Amino acid sequence: MDLMTKLMPAGAEIFLLIMACVILIADLLIKQNSRMVTFLLVQLTLLGCSLITVGTHTQGVTYAFGGMFVDDLMSDVLKLLTYLTVAMMLVYSRQYLTVRGLFSGEFMVLALFAMLGMMVMISANHFLTLYLGLELLSLSLYAMVALQRDSAIATEAAMKYFILGALASGLLLYGMSMLYGATGSLELGVVSSSILSGEANQTLLVFGLAFVVSGLAFKLGAVPFHMWVPDVYHGAPTAMTMLIGSAPKLAAFAFVSRILVEGLQPLVHHWSGMLAILAIASMAIGNITAIAQTNIKRMLAYSTIAHMGFMLLGLISGGIEGYGAAMFYAVIYVLMSLGAFGMIMLLSREGFEADSLSDFKGLAQRSPWLAFLMLLLMFSMAGVPPTVGFYAKFSVLNAVVQSGHVWLAVTAVLFSLIGAFYYLRVVKLMYFDQPESHSPIVFGQDTVLLISVNGLGVLLLGLLPSSLMSVCAVSVQQSLLVH
Amino acid sequence: MIFGLPVISIAIWLPIIFGILVLSTGDDRNAGLARVLAMVGSVLGFLVTIPLYTGFVRETSEMQFVEMHAWITRFNIHYTLGVDGISVLFILLTAFFTPIVVLAGWKVIEKRVSQYMASFLIMSGIMIGVFAALDAVLFYVFWEAMLIPMFLIIGVWGGQNRVYAAVKFFLYTLLGSLLMLIALIYLYNQSGGSFSILDFHQVALPMTAQILIFIAFFFAFAVKVPMFPVHTWLPDAHVEAPTGGSVILAAIMLKVGAYGFIRFSMPIVPDASHKLAGVMIALSLIAVVYIGLVALTQTDMKKLVAYSSISHMGFVTLGLFIFNAYGIEGGLLQMISHGFVSGALFLCIGVLYDRMHSRNIADYGGVANSMPVFAAFFMLFAMANSGLPGTSGFVGEFMVILGAVKANFWYAFAAASTLIFGAAYTLWMYKRVIFGAVANAHVAKLTDLTMREKAIFTILAITVLGMGLYPLPFSEIMHVSVNDLLVHVARSKLP
Repeated sequence: MDLMTKLMPAGAEIFLLIMACVILIADLLIKQNSRMVTFLLVQLTLLGCSLITVGTHTQGVTYAFGGMFVDDLMSDVLKLLTYLTVAMMLVYSRQYLTVRGLFSGEFMVLALFAMLGMMVMISANHFLTLYLGLELLSLSLYAMVALQRDSAIATEAAMKYFILGALASGLLLYGMSMLYGATGSLELGVVSSSILSGEANQTLLVFGLAFVVSGLAFKLGAVPFHMWVPDVYHGAPTAMTMLIGSAPKLAAFAFVSRILVEGLQPLVHHWSGMLAILAIASMAIGNITAIAQTNIKRMLAYSTIAHMGFMLLGLISGGIEGYGAAMFYAVIYVLMSLGAFGMIMLLSREGFEADSLSDFKGLAQRSPWLAFLMLLLMFSMAGVPPTVGFYAKFSVLNAVVQSGHVWLAVTAVLFSLIGAFYYLRVVKLMYFDQPESHSPIVFGQDTVLLISVNGLGVLLLGLLPSSLMSVCAVSVQQSLLVH
Repeated sequence: MIFGLPVISIAIWLPIIFGILVLSTGDDRNAGLARVLAMVGSVLGFLVTIPLYTGFVRETSEMQFVEMHAWITRFNIHYTLGVDGISVLFILLTAFFTPIVVLAGWKVIEKRVSQYMASFLIMSGIMIGVFAALDAVLFYVFWEAMLIPMFLIIGVWGGQNRVYAAVKFFLYTLLGSLLMLIALIYLYNQSGGSFSILDFHQVALPMTAQILIFIAFFFAFAVKVPMFPVHTWLPDAHVEAPTGGSVILAAIMLKVGAYGFIRFSMPIVPDASHKLAGVMIALSLIAVVYIGLVALTQTDMKKLVAYSSISHMGFVTLGLFIFNAYGIEGGLLQMISHGFVSGALFLCIGVLYDRMHSRNIADYGGVANSMPVFAAFFMLFAMANSGLPGTSGFVGEFMVILGAVKANFWYAFAAASTLIFGAAYTLWMYKRVIFGAVANAHVAKLTDLTMREKAIFTILAITVLGMGLYPLPFSEIMHVSVNDLLVHVARSKLP
């Protein structure tokens, strides 16, 4: 009984681990043409996880495993959103993967393990747990990118992703070891109080911090550690790109805020300067380079870099305003990128990837409804009201101005103006140009329904953003700021 | 409120809902249904705004028909709507023009009819929202949302160079808007956590902050007006837009810029407005004189009217920044009159373009021989554009010049030159297009106005003449609000 209560906070993770193993074995007995069974099992697992997360929710902050693991409102909210994202990703990619022969048990199980990694990252309260979650996520993703063995470009992407990812992990570990050397602990709360006491060696701390921030920047894809992002986004099959570009951003937000805000808050004046440079460089390089892209996946990769830069601005500003805004931004970004990659998969068919910008030409004539949804998604990414992307930018800008960095806000809007250009170009291609091919767009009912909900969600949340904003603010307030 | 109904909300959402209905009629097989629905929606949309005028209490400068609901509680943002004597007329003007553009596009638009009609209906609702919003974020949302339908209207149904014009239009206006957004957020933090525009009016601000805010607002509003030197998007957008798009651009969308100066810049940062009034007046006069001269040299009719719009809007901003009642009321009247007149002129050019597929003045000549009725209407609107007494164009210009004389004789002198330049470019164009020998066989074969076109022009002619002969219904409603604005602007807000 006692053990059960102790394990309760990690209930969803334990359930997921068991189910992932069960599905891995069960899938061996399932024939390729009835792979739907595995798919449904996975969806049921996700549903079970969300029930457990909701069921085990407690007020306040609960620690488990000797302080290595934490369960708070922020982790519950982020986990629920992660389940939703992964479930949506699976629905979007089912048809896409089936025609490419990749709709296999391995894919789904790897997705589950990646999700387990994200959940551990979200709930980690200890450098080692953080690292464990991160590596579980990364290793699953490397394998998923490489799943399409006969594609040279996918293999190359997987190699790059693996090598640069390993380098980043190394940097992160090195930084963590320095922090351990300076403070004598790996637990976030202890690290924080030990720095506050002033006994820790400052030089060692700052060096450690620099390595940790570089490692984080690598994982986030912030400039100048962004080189892997476009290649991986481009090279991986679109379903994998969607997974890489969506849910892990939620985990990354938790990861960065746990390390920097919970663990290294006393060093805030050091890391906020570093983040400011990363943020500005990311917005600049991301937005400007995206203009030159002809491949929409690469364009979205650079757009991700710019968006991550914008999210970092929220973290720099600090306080409920800043952290809440950053979390809101991450959530909204995930919603938008799901829609955008979903659209690419919807337009692709057997032997054809709709990943070139010119594939979007004249979409408004081929399918007015899909074009309208993509229009909403693009305007949302550009931050034009009444779509929700505006409120994401708005809340971050508000936090930035409130913390007194008006010039930073001006820089950010100037770069988003540049960014607006390439989103507009997609709209232009869809609405103003003539289609290059008239081949009908084939898609399943479920995908169309999902993308409609996704696209209209962007509009609806834009009209009524209040509740989601409050959820983010409250979870940040009850989690990050109470430690 | 009338009978407890939220009149303004209805005026905003009714056209938008009809727009969605029109969209749902699908492709061009149902074009007829789309047209009828759009017409019903736009006429209803106009009818529901009439209570705003009839029920308006003229003796107060308070906001009327106010609606307020919590919207985004996290940032204390409300869905607040209301009108005063300054905004009420623009709402009517917007709703008035929607049925006209629907009618104007009735036959001409043949591809993607439902999307075309829906864009105009949705835009009509959004623009009414801009004029009625009393919460800065709500205002900003409407303000930016306006760009999306206009971007599509220019880009999908426009002329040769439409893509360039659409993108230029969008990016130009977005730049200004984003800077304004930062100013609004700054004000929110200064006002102690309120986004209400009326609260912003009370915030004390040091001079440096006022000037920076003024500049941010300037970018947003001056681009829309457009003022020299950020006017270059307008001729491109006008030339490439379809007729309906040009009408809405000239009649309504330019007005939101000047409205912004009145609602935001002048009352929120009065000290900076006074300090920088010289610059504003100089830019306005450059627009009046220099752009007037530029208009003279145009060979494309639409471009000519576009430049004429810039020149006339220079008059408006001049009127605003001389800070007296004549100037501001004159500016407001000029905006309304310019709405009618420029709208009518673009429709006239549209009539010619539909028949000849050319906007080049050189391709015409002697149109009066084949289209006498049209020539008569065109004459009236051309005269109104040059500010002939008895037409609406005269009232506003005259009042602004009166106000300018009070401020400085030379302002008035420069401004009055528009009466000459305006007459010169408008009437010269008119002469070359309408009079003279029949230029070619195409002109000889032109058919005169259809019933539909006659109906549109008759309505516009009545308003132009009516406003010119009896402007009182327009000016009395704004009187108290303008005086209140002047009192407010005269009070320093330096801490």
